[in-house]
Amino acid sequence: MPLEGRVTTIYIDNLPYGVKDGQNLLQASLTLGFNLPYFCWHPALHSVGACRQCAVKVFKDESDTRGRLAMGCMTPATEGTRLSIEDPEAKAFRAGVIEWLMLNHPHDCPICDEGGECHLQDMTVMSGHNYRRSRFRKRTHLNQNLGPFLNHEMNRCIQCYRCVRFYRDYSGGRDFNVFASHDSVYFGRYEDGALESPFSGNLVEVCPTGVFTDKPFKEHPTRKWDLQTAPSVCTGCSLGCNIIVAERYGEVRRVLNRYNADVNRYFLCDRGRYGFDFVNSQRRLRLPLVDGRELVPEGSATQALSATEGGSPRPAPASSEAKGAVVRRAVARARDILHGSRRAIGIGSPRASVESNYALRSLVGPDNFCDGMTSGEHRLVGMMKDIVASGPVRSLSLAEVERADVVLVLGEDVVNTAPLLDLALRQAVRTRPEAVAEQLLRIPLWDDRAKREATQGKQGPLFVATPYPVSIDDIAVKSYRLSPDDIARLAQAVAYAIDPEGIAPLVGAADPLHVVAETIGGSLGLAARPLVIAGASLGSEAILRAAANVATALAKAGKKDAGLFLVAPEANSMGSALLGGMSLDEALEAVRTGGADTVVVVENDLTSRLKEASFRALFDSTKHSIVLDFFRNRTTELAEIVLPVATFAESSGTFVNNEGRAQRFFEVVNPDEIVSASWKWLGLLSGRGTGEEIAWDTLDDIIARISEDLPALAAIGSAAPGARDVPQVHRVPRDSHRVSGRTANVASLTVHEPPPPRDLDTPLSYSMEGSPRGRIPSSLIARIWAPRWNSVQALTRFQEEVGGPLKGGDPGALLFGPASDRTRAYFDGVPEAFAPDPRRPLAVAIRHVFGSEPLSALSRSVSERIPSRYVGITPDAARSLAVADGERVEVTVRDLRMELPVRIMAGLAEGLCALPEGLPDMPYVGLPAPAGILKRTAP
Amino acid sequence: METPLTGNIRPDREPPSLKEYEKSGGYRALARVVSGLAPAEVTAIVKDSTLMGRGGAGFPTGLKWSFVPMGVDAPPGPRYLVANADEMEPGTFKDRVLMEGDPHQLVEGMIISAYAIQATTAFIFLRADYDLAEKRLKRAVAEAYEAGYLGKNIMRSAYSLEMYVHVSAGRYICGEETALLNSLEGKRAIPRARPPFPQVSGLFGKPTVVDNVETLCNVPHILANGAEWYKSLSLTAIGGTKMYGVSGRVNRPGWWELPMGTTVREIVEVHAGGMRPGYALRGLLPGGASTDFLVEQHLDTPMDFTSIPKVGSRMGTGTMIILDGKTCPVAFVLNLLKFFAHESCGWCTPCREGLPWVARIVKAIEEGQGEARDLSVLEEHCVALAPGRTFCALAPGAVEPLQSALKYFREDFERHIKERGCPWRAA
Amino acid sequence: MLSDKEREEIEAEMARYPHKRAMVPEALRIVQTHRGWISDESVRDVAELMGMSAEEIDTIASSYNMIFRRPVGRHVILFCDNVSCWIMRSDAVRDHLVKRLAAGPGETTKDGRYTVLPSACLGDCHHAPVMMVDDEMHGNLTPEKIDRILERYT
Repeated sequence: MPLEGRVTTIYIDNLPYGVKDGQNLLQASLTLGFNLPYFCWHPALHSVGACRQCAVKVFKDESDTRGRLAMGCMTPATEGTRLSIEDPEAKAFRAGVIEWLMLNHPHDCPICDEGGECHLQDMTVMSGHNYRRSRFRKRTHLNQNLGPFLNHEMNRCIQCYRCVRFYRDYSGGRDFNVFASHDSVYFGRYEDGALESPFSGNLVEVCPTGVFTDKPFKEHPTRKWDLQTAPSVCTGCSLGCNIIVAERYGEVRRVLNRYNADVNRYFLCDRGRYGFDFVNSQRRLRLPLVDGRELVPEGSATQALSATEGGSPRPAPASSEAKGAVVRRAVARARDILHGSRRAIGIGSPRASVESNYALRSLVGPDNFCDGMTSGEHRLVGMMKDIVASGPVRSLSLAEVERADVVLVLGEDVVNTAPLLDLALRQAVRTRPEAVAEQLLRIPLWDDRAKREATQGKQGPLFVATPYPVSIDDIAVKSYRLSPDDIARLAQAVAYAIDPEGIAPLVGAADPLHVVAETIGGSLGLAARPLVIAGASLGSEAILRAAANVATALAKAGKKDAGLFLVAPEANSMGSALLGGMSLDEALEAVRTGGADTVVVVENDLTSRLKEASFRALFDSTKHSIVLDFFRNRTTELAEIVLPVATFAESSGTFVNNEGRAQRFFEVVNPDEIVSASWKWLGLLSGRGTGEEIAWDTLDDIIARISEDLPALAAIGSAAPGARDVPQVHRVPRDSHRVSGRTANVASLTVHEPPPPRDLDTPLSYSMEGSPRGRIPSSLIARIWAPRWNSVQALTRFQEEVGGPLKGGDPGALLFGPASDRTRAYFDGVPEAFAPDPRRPLAVAIRHVFGSEPLSALSRSVSERIPSRYVGITPDAARSLAVADGERVEVTVRDLRMELPVRIMAGLAEGLCALPEGLPDMPYVGLPAPAGILKRTAP
Repeated sequence: METPLTGNIRPDREPPSLKEYEKSGGYRALARVVSGLAPAEVTAIVKDSTLMGRGGAGFPTGLKWSFVPMGVDAPPGPRYLVANADEMEPGTFKDRVLMEGDPHQLVEGMIISAYAIQATTAFIFLRADYDLAEKRLKRAVAEAYEAGYLGKNIMRSAYSLEMYVHVSAGRYICGEETALLNSLEGKRAIPRARPPFPQVSGLFGKPTVVDNVETLCNVPHILANGAEWYKSLSLTAIGGTKMYGVSGRVNRPGWWELPMGTTVREIVEVHAGGMRPGYALRGLLPGGASTDFLVEQHLDTPMDFTSIPKVGSRMGTGTMIILDGKTCPVAFVLNLLKFFAHESCGWCTPCREGLPWVARIVKAIEEGQGEARDLSVLEEHCVALAPGRTFCALAPGAVEPLQSALKYFREDFERHIKERGCPWRAA
Repeated sequence: MLSDKEREEIEAEMARYPHKRAMVPEALRIVQTHRGWISDESVRDVAELMGMSAEEIDTIASSYNMIFRRPVGRHVILFCDNVSCWIMRSDAVRDHLVKRLAAGPGETTKDGRYTVLPSACLGDCHHAPVMMVDDEMHGNLTPEKIDRILERYT
């Protein structure tokens, strides 16, 4: 019987409370809303009993008046447990712990980056310690340069060990540790250098004080209460991690985690945390372009296009009227084009919102709408949608992945295609050994060190089949290095191992893959919650089909908790698939032969999806082109009209993640009156006639239209309340109630307080006034703060129970129902065994967490971590080419010829080479494709 | 007077060879055990003998063994016996004597103990600086292998055991059994929380018993001569002899194997020959640096696990450190505190931060920088670093001499503060 | 680079432990036996041999007293500074030693012969004050005895 689950009664300061049996007393107290301070305990990292801050008095029974001090985090709540938080001795001890921690902690709160959102600050105030009795000098440390993401200030350290536990134990990083001992323990790297883990940024939130702080944020120091914040969704990959975006002076300053018990829970990847900076890019478009010339509002000829520097206010803005005139001119011109065109093709984007894609679709008509994906991507994503939508195995949430007990990963290099999935799998592999320890040794799941000491790093079964070594090899029981086709064949053989009646063996039943598949199939067959992971990154439909077959076989074998997790290419790929539309290749065809003379492109730099010739041809063969985008890029260069659009930070809308979860993001930067969401521009363009009437005005309008129009997307409305659902007085404030200097911010321009910007699209306000904290729906949580809890640790006040769902349920709306009992037929079409051709290796795509996603690649901090392009070859190939690591070779793929340095990749499957896809210096290739590699002859 | 533990130990401490050890009755207990006794019977005899752990805590050894899940309850895989030979308690020098002087005794004791819990592997976790003991133990282990006392099918029985000497990389906290296990696993020496107890989830997550060297050395004699004989060695209810020692300004500092329960006075005055001329006894730490001071009035207390606590201290390791009248008690305590602060592993706040603070205050007092309010801070720490408030027993042990010094030698602390300096230094 | 001998010794010990990482302290001790101390390079070498990161080695190396992360002389003197020796006026003897060697605690003599390290109780308290030179114990120390001992090592 599991230790947790049953409700039991405990007594806190003599009052009875119902709590979950087996929880520890700290968890229980926090869930009940008590202010019990702590440091080393973390809801995801659990208890280790190091800091001794959460001491309470525990009594044997009602008659025990003396009691004894015990650590809340290390003491299980059992029926009748009696504890006192208010006991004078316990309080004195807790104040004493702070006094100890303050012996060496610098009194630099006013200039500390953490000040105002520092857990140590909060706990110090909470504990009541306020007078320094020690007259001795403090110990000091040297700091390290840890790369572009984190500052390091070791003197502030209170040795809670959270950093090292997160970095090493939880996320598997190895280039970080604790050194030395007694009161000189040091947390850092062996030597200066960027932290390698793509999860390092979480230390900002994990560290309870200012040792690890956000480095890009420090460029413009701002207190938490002066940041304008809004709930949002990460655009970095298809997982849709929930984030809180923070603004100051019109720029996005930082991204923090936004807890969602079903998705990212407590953590983000560094791409997600630091990738936002593209919003502030110097390449942003701020004005419409007509025939390559900016439409400049009257009276602001000198207005800088770029973002401001150093946090100073922008130059004097033009008047609203002047801006309105610019918008009207651009819209009028675009409308003229559209009215005069024979046929306009709309090219959307899988990274644009559902609303923007829908707006385009409705502007050009469903028959003329292209989802903006290459035909390969279009087919893969469509297939994913079908597999997920039609069952029989459910698409798991990221949080459910953490609970899977046997996992098969097919083709995905998860840390580089869906980074947080790597983190989830690292938790999943602990599930089974820890369950055993709980059962045999009665070790509660929160007793982190006892668990790890008992399980000794033992890991549950995880099988990996990829073309090249991947991050999760270190947690895999077995990794297989195979070509994409052979990965599909292996998966098919696994399906056969599970359901030999329903599935045919591979051609040549003696295929050695069957032996491997026996092991994997056997392990999956013993699982309670088996999980199959696949995705689009190798461009192989065969892998997706075979993965679906494994899942179906598991369902047929009665595994009702079996799960599938399919990684999609972009933040809204699944939304685009649900919207429907043609692929880019079909759009090209429509232009070439279908009589289309106009093209409208939305948030899609087509050079990243088209070969140069096709890209040119598209613009050469259309008469008119309208492009809506954030940046100047090759696509905007060729456009007749360019409309500057808002990023996720300046607009609101909906993304559908890989699981089929619709999630709303909200604007946090008030767009000025020119830059606006694509769906807003497109609404203006779609107005009929010459008047001002438009198809939709607000987000509520367009969502209502989508819900009526498209049943598959009908539920997106319930992803979050609309503006209309929340009365003005209950709007959620984007500003904190402590926001300072609202008038001072613009004092260089005017001493009058400008009216707060109006926001008709969302239930949020650009103000400090609005809904009391307790009444905020979970999807609208703009800030993690509670009285006495200024740091992100305030989160427990938003949760139904510590580590559990947010009050009122977690945000987002699942667009696919729960698994039905429909038994889908198996997919056919098993590829033939891959035949390596040493002279023409098959080039497969390899991705990089920093660099392969084009928006985050524009972030200044992220760009420091982007590798330059290369070709990965096998050691055998290197030998036969007689090239050394780093030597340049000539690579020919399709009709593209590149000179690239060689990276010799031990473990790359025979007959393959790897090309990094999406890196800023890498052109679109269209992988997989056979490649020719020649050693460069000396010049 | 019988001295089973030290009977083989020569004045020059040159250890008996295997032959000599066997001649003196060595490995006969082992033969009896592996040929005729069930593991549970061995444990029962040890339980009956009232053998209590000689590392300082005095936990009943047989009872500890009985917590190891056996039979159908036993988890699969190996199980371990570890000899805690990390003798590093300041003022303690008894295990060194036993290991250097009669290494086979320890080896035999370990094999029998390992048999009782059906351990598959035994480690001797040896202190880093005990090079001579390392050489002798390694030789003894090798000889035992050669003679068939270790390895596969010990003395042609079904029982097999591997034994290794593991030399520590050196840290006081390794003497704490769970920190020792982490250290043996190659990790930082940080104690573990209990439960789970090592007997259930110990070394490498497997059932493990950790016993002190002296404890294990008793085992062959108990099995050879029986529980009743063992109990009869003692003057009190707890059986056996005990390795006692005295250091400080006595006439004959040294160690003696004496009946358990010999009084403090007899040890100091008879065996150690009393105080040196010109030196008066002011107090003593009865069992290593982390025990409370005893003073003159306690001298007639029997040195055992139950009597010493009655007068406010612990027997600890049984090796006493004498504070004489010409030695400053403040500086004495400072010496201990500096050591403990340095040896804190850095895991829990009270120990990591509290001990250095306490040490600095005592240093300030000793150097004439003391302030009146310092004593109350010290007193607070004696409570704040009590068991249960810290993660392990290091800090509670560290404040034992401090709290008793504040009790018995308070006027000395006050004088330091008042006179802004150490009266002993001035003298 | 580790020598073949170091490598062999480390690998020979590995059999005792179910996990490789349990060998870290032992591997460091072996390297230290050969080189006297553990340099930054040695940390990397051991890391490479064990398939671990430098951080995973140095967390151990930096936390144990008897792993030396700074160079030491040809002979290491562990001078007990704990209570039993201190009572017996070990500090006077230590002062003599330091003066004689012109090297304080933690320092190495100019000729590279000795490094003096303060040590925890060496477990020979009835012979206090005591010190260890390499693996040899010396007890009942007096300044005169120190002079004689120091001459025995080169």
